[in-house]
Amino acid sequence: MRLSAAGISAEIDGIPIVSGVDLTVQDGQLVGLVGPNGCGKSTLLRTIYRALRPVGGAVQVGGDDVWRLSARQSAQRTAVVAQETSADFEFTAFEVVTMGRGPHKRAFDRESSADRALCLDALARVGLAASARRSFATLSGGEKQRVLVARAIAQQSRLLILDEPTNHLDVRYQLEILGLVRELGVTTLSALHDLNLAAAYCDRVYVMDAGGIVAGGAPHEVLTAELIARIFGVRAHPLPHPETGKLHLAFSLPSIHTASPVPLEEPVAK
Amino acid sequence: MATAVGDVPDTDKLPDADKPPDPDTVEGHRLSAARYRLLLTCSAVAVVVAFILAIVIGAVAVPADRVLGIIAHNILGEAVTPFWSPVENQIVWQFRLPRAILAAVVGAGLALVGAVMQALVRNPLADPYLLGVSSGAALGAVIVLVLGTSAVGGLSLSVAAFAGSLLALVAVYGMAQRRGQVTPSRLILAGVALAYLFQAAYSFVLQKADAPGAAQSVLFWLLGSLGGARWSNLGVPTAVVTAGLVVLLVQYRPLNALIAGEETAVALGINLARLRFGLFLLTSLLVGVMVAAVGAIAFVGLIVPHVARLIVGSDHRRMLPLAALIGATFLLLVDILARTADQPQELPLSIVTAAVGVPFFIWLLRRQDRSGRLTVT
Repeated sequence: MRLSAAGISAEIDGIPIVSGVDLTVQDGQLVGLVGPNGCGKSTLLRTIYRALRPVGGAVQVGGDDVWRLSARQSAQRTAVVAQETSADFEFTAFEVVTMGRGPHKRAFDRESSADRALCLDALARVGLAASARRSFATLSGGEKQRVLVARAIAQQSRLLILDEPTNHLDVRYQLEILGLVRELGVTTLSALHDLNLAAAYCDRVYVMDAGGIVAGGAPHEVLTAELIARIFGVRAHPLPHPETGKLHLAFSLPSIHTASPVPLEEPVAK
Repeated sequence: MATAVGDVPDTDKLPDADKPPDPDTVEGHRLSAARYRLLLTCSAVAVVVAFILAIVIGAVAVPADRVLGIIAHNILGEAVTPFWSPVENQIVWQFRLPRAILAAVVGAGLALVGAVMQALVRNPLADPYLLGVSSGAALGAVIVLVLGTSAVGGLSLSVAAFAGSLLALVAVYGMAQRRGQVTPSRLILAGVALAYLFQAAYSFVLQKADAPGAAQSVLFWLLGSLGGARWSNLGVPTAVVTAGLVVLLVQYRPLNALIAGEETAVALGINLARLRFGLFLLTSLLVGVMVAAVGAIAFVGLIVPHVARLIVGSDHRRMLPLAALIGATFLLLVDILARTADQPQELPLSIVTAAVGVPFFIWLLRRQDRSGRLTVT
């Protein structure tokens, strides 16, 4: 389901965080949103899943303005894996996944066998079929993220919003989570802080800085050494990934470079 | 063509039969469905047993067969021939039965409100009086006791207490909201601050007033008592608590989503501002009505939801009915103790609930310390 945002501006407590953002995710694409900490990625995502009303612009999901839909209608189209945990209360993994059925249920509906089957199936797809009864709080970080992805699967939405889904995860889980999302084939917009993950998994990448989009396009076109130096203040050395041949970046601090007598990108020929 | 997450387009059809687990038998909850039903049945039986004990036990013990006979006689009329004294009839029918009903109703109500308040502020240590309700009620009562009903336009004592608790809640909500948004931390801070303000206000009125006995009767609102239970004042609390239970049971999904996190709740299609306001109104009404009827009974609303969560987890669909039953049983037993422990005096209920509740609370805190984080299930 196509997502398009046009001229989005958002404020928090009167302070502008996002200004004039245009962004499109075509049906079936996995699009990454990268940028330095505090550049407004999460705030932009929040305007898309209706957690924050933008002060300007419009967000369309499947051709409808999300702020003209009800919260419930919006949740039927858009699922979210946000940066949030609820350690204080205990749910089983299955109960967390079951919450994904909420937007499809009326107040007096109970979960049907079909709902339960869907939730178990979702847990199976993230490799946690055997953990349905385990307490969510006792799962590892990677397992928790997978349960939240399973909840998004059970929600049967056609747009998936991920806010730093690989945060605090071991490298294996980082790859697994994004591989899983890729495999689902659903239209996805994900904030990512790891440029290499964005390069490896995303069809397109948007780069944000200071509340605005500064570049958008295929990862190898967008994530150039020049742009990364300007936005992130580091030197980037694009390399082909030895296995996939996709863009891979090695980083160094500019100060190390200036202190070094040898330019890093051009090894001295012997 | 658009692909849905999950790629299972039809919710009414089960996935293919090659999936071994049958969704109706696979258990995703802490307790299996059968065990949960058994637990609920046992809890309901416990309420009935505690209820009968509460009528049998007292300064004058009335055997259970007479109790049942008296109840049957008063409902069915002459079909049951009296084999008890008129005094026993009066004790059971006029005093103990309404008192036991009120104990069960308020116990269930406090447990429900405690659970909702903990979800509303997303803090497992919240209790029903967190938002300054009991001190607001006490202020209303003190004004009537000291200055007379004319000072508040002829309101009765319990109506003035109710008005005081609502005043506290409106003030707390007003202080806690900013641009239509109410955050849990602002609610807690506003509640604590205003509770102190109301305490200061009624203490000042009490000190200035020359009303003997007023200080004594204000204890009723601060510590709670079921001594005022009569048939005539049962109706409102019973109706409000019953309606509250029904409304909350229907709201179990939003409640679950709320404690899973604010962003999560929004992402699951919940209108957060409307839900918070609705829950706030409902808890205010429930607490206001209960405080006006029996005063503020500490610890029930704090502890009972925890006990229920320890057994069945946080899922409100399972937790709320269990909490209501445990709350009813608990307050029935507490009231028996309050009436009999210090005869012929009656202990205020909060003294008894504190004696039971504080050790439990300390245990809960120690449990957190050991695990290093707040796992107050």
